[in-house]
Amino acid sequence: MKKAILSGNEAIARGFIEAGGKIAAAYPGTPSTEVLETLSQVEGIHAEWSVNEKVAFEVAIGGALSGVRSLACMKHVGVNVAADPLMTAAYTGINAGLVLMAADDPGMFSSQNEQDTRHFARLGKIPCLEPADSAESKQFIKAAFELSESFDTPVILRTTTRISHCKSVVTLDPAESPAGRGLVRDFAKYVMLPSNAKKRHVFVEDRLVRLKAWAETSTLNQVIDGDKEIGFIASGISYQYVREAFPDASVLKLGVSFPLPEKLIWKFSASVKRLAVVEELDPFLEEQIKAMGIAVHLGKNQLPSCGEFNQRLVREKISGIQLPTKEPVAGLLVRPPTFCPGCSHRGLFTVLAKLKLYVSGDIGCYTLGALPPFSAMHTCICMGASVSAAHGMAKGLALQGATQKPVAVIGDSTFLHSGITGLMNMVYNGGDAIVIIMNNDTTGMTGGQEHAGTGRSAKGTAAPRLDIAKLCQVIGAKRVREIDSYRIKDLEKIMKEELAAEGPSVLISNQPCVLRYRVSKKAFAVERKTCTGCKACLKAGCIGLSFTPEGKTGYVEIDPLLCNGCGVCAQLCTTGSMKMM
Amino acid sequence: MKVFNILISGVGGQGVLLTSKIIAEAALLQGLDVKQSEVHGMAQRGGSVLSQVRFGEKVYSPIVSEGEADLLIGFEPLETARYLHFVKDDGAVIYNTRPIGTIGVSIAAEKYPADIEDIIKSRVKTVLPFDGTQLAVAAGDKRTLNLVMLGAALRFLPLTESIIIDAIVNTIPKKALDINQKALEAGKAHLP
Repeated sequence: MKKAILSGNEAIARGFIEAGGKIAAAYPGTPSTEVLETLSQVEGIHAEWSVNEKVAFEVAIGGALSGVRSLACMKHVGVNVAADPLMTAAYTGINAGLVLMAADDPGMFSSQNEQDTRHFARLGKIPCLEPADSAESKQFIKAAFELSESFDTPVILRTTTRISHCKSVVTLDPAESPAGRGLVRDFAKYVMLPSNAKKRHVFVEDRLVRLKAWAETSTLNQVIDGDKEIGFIASGISYQYVREAFPDASVLKLGVSFPLPEKLIWKFSASVKRLAVVEELDPFLEEQIKAMGIAVHLGKNQLPSCGEFNQRLVREKISGIQLPTKEPVAGLLVRPPTFCPGCSHRGLFTVLAKLKLYVSGDIGCYTLGALPPFSAMHTCICMGASVSAAHGMAKGLALQGATQKPVAVIGDSTFLHSGITGLMNMVYNGGDAIVIIMNNDTTGMTGGQEHAGTGRSAKGTAAPRLDIAKLCQVIGAKRVREIDSYRIKDLEKIMKEELAAEGPSVLISNQPCVLRYRVSKKAFAVERKTCTGCKACLKAGCIGLSFTPEGKTGYVEIDPLLCNGCGVCAQLCTTGSMKMM
Repeated sequence: MKVFNILISGVGGQGVLLTSKIIAEAALLQGLDVKQSEVHGMAQRGGSVLSQVRFGEKVYSPIVSEGEADLLIGFEPLETARYLHFVKDDGAVIYNTRPIGTIGVSIAAEKYPADIEDIIKSRVKTVLPFDGTQLAVAAGDKRTLNLVMLGAALRFLPLTESIIIDAIVNTIPKKALDINQKALEAGKAHLP
C-alpha cells in the first residue's frame, strides 16, 4: 500500500477519486481552494470553478440528480451564499451521492468572520461529518457519499483550517467505479411545489430520526477507553489537541457532529466522573448535550469561543493549572501582508488616498488598500457588498444633503461572483456612485484561479471569455470607461470627471496580476545626486523602496530584486530621480 | 521516538514551505508519523510565514505550542525573534542574518531593530546565526536559501542524512537538483 503526505484538502480530493466521484464544483476560498485545484488535474472528473458558491452547489445538485457522485467545495462564508439551494436539497434528497465540503477558519487566517458551519447541518437537518486529520479526510468523504445514498440526503463534510491545510500520512487505496444512475423522473420528490414539499418535510423529520439511530452505531464515532476522572467529547482538530494534552483520558471522538448519538453520549458521560466538551468556535455539541439533560462540567465555561485552540490552551483551561509561560519578544515590528511590487492595485489606492474618497470595499487582495500607508478602504463586509452598499450610501448621503459620492472597489472574480446584481440594482434604482472594477484576470487572493472572465477553464483549457465592460453596458450603466491603474495622473483626472458626472460610473482597469502571470518589467533605480529625500515616493507603499536617513534628510533606494518596474513611485517622485534601469 | 518539534519562519516568497515539505517527507521515509502545518491565503502576501513540522512514533496535534519547539529555523532575523517563545529551554535556533524590511520600514514609518541578534541570544542558549542568503547566492541562486537552511539544520535533526537526501530527490525537480544539493552542502559545511 502506497503512503503519501497529503493536506486535508488533497486527501478529500483523493477520497473523491476513490469514491468514483464525477462532478466537482467550487468557488475558491481559503482554506478550501486546494480540493478543486487537485481535482482539476484528474482525467474523467468534471471539475469546474463556478461563478459563486450557490451556483457551485446547484451544479453539484444537478450532477447528483443526473446519477453521478457530486461534490461542491467552499469556505464557511460561501455556505451562506449556497444556503438557499442547500436547505431545499435537504428536502428533495439526492439520486447519486451529494456532498458539500465546507472549510471553517477558526483564528481567521484569511476570512472576514469566524462562523461555525455545523449550524447549517442542524438547520437543514442533514448529517455533518468532521474528520480529524488527512487520513480521516479521505475516509470520511467516502463515508459521506455512502451515507448520502443510504439516507437520500446531502451531507456536509466540515473541516477547519488546521484540517484542510495540515499535512499528514495517508494510505492510498484503489478507486471504485459506481455505475451511473441516470436521471429519474419523480414529480413528488424533485418538484418542490408546496403540496410536494409538505410531504418531503415529513420525510426529512423521519430521516433525521433514522440518522440518529445510525449515528449510535456508526464507526465514525469512537470511544477511547482511558482514565475516568475527566471524560472528553471532541470532534475534528479539537480531538487531536485533547489527545495531546490528556493522553491517558477517556475520549468520545465524534466523527458525526450532527445528528448526535444520544445513547452513546449518555453511556459515555455516565462512565466518567466529570465531562469535558472541547470544541472551537460555538458550543454546538455542548448545547445539544446539555439539552439532553447531561451535565457538562468543563466546556465553554473554560474554553474560548473566539480563535483557534492548541494543545497547551486545552491543557491549561481544562486542568485549571497555569503552565510556565514564555512571553513573546515585546514591541517587535509587525509584518502585515501588502501589495506585491508591481501590483496594479497600488496606483489606484495611491489616487484614492490622495483624493480622500470614501471607499466601499470588497473581498480580495485590494482589501489591503485599507491598511497604511493608503488607509483608503472604509468598509469590507462580504463578496459583492461594495457595489450594493455604495448605492445605499449614495442614497443615504443624498437624503442628508451631502454631495459626497462613494466609490466601490471590487475585483473581477468578485464582481462576477455577486457584484453584477449590485450594479444592476444601482442602475435600476437611479443610483449615483462610482464602481471601480479591478480586473487583474484572475482570482488573486486565493492564489490565482480561473473564472468566467479569464478565457480558461479550471482544467486550463480555452473557455469563452466574458467581456466585463460590455456586460456593464448591457446592464445599463451610462458611463463605462477603461482606466490604466498604473498611470496615476490620468487616473486622478478621470476620477475627478466621474465625481462631477451624473452616475452610475463604471471604471474598469485591465492590468494582469503580476504574481499570477509572473509579469516582469525592468526595475527602476534612484539617481542619488538628485534625490532630495522628500519621501513623496514612499506613499506608493512598496517594500521595494527603502529610505536611509543622512544628515537632515536622506535618500531613497530601490531594491532591484524586488522592483517590478510599475513606475508608480517614479510618478510620485518630485525631482525626476527615478529612472528605468 | 519522542515527538520532535520544528518551527520554520520567514517572509512570504522565501521558500519556507519547501524546507518543511522535505523534512516531513524524510520523516515518512524513516518510518515515522508526521504532521506539518502551514497557512495560505492572506498571510502570504509578503507577510510573516510560519510552517511547523512534528514527527515521532505517534503525532496528534499538527501545531507546536509555546515552549515546545526543539528547533527553530529562521529565514529572516525579525521573523526568528517573533517565534522565540515557542522554543524549549534546551531547544536550538539557527537563523539567516539577512534582514528583510517590513512595509513600515519601506515607508520610513518605523526602523528595523538593530539589536535582533542580542535579543535572540538572550533568550536561547544554542543560537547559530549566519548569512544564509550569501551562501545561497554563492551556490548559484538566491532561491536555494531553503536548502542552505536545511543543510545548516542537519546537525540538529534526528533524521538520517541519506534519508533527507532521498527526500530532496523526491521533492525537487530533477533539473534543479544539482544547485540545490550544492546549497545543502554549503549550509552544512558553513557552521562549526
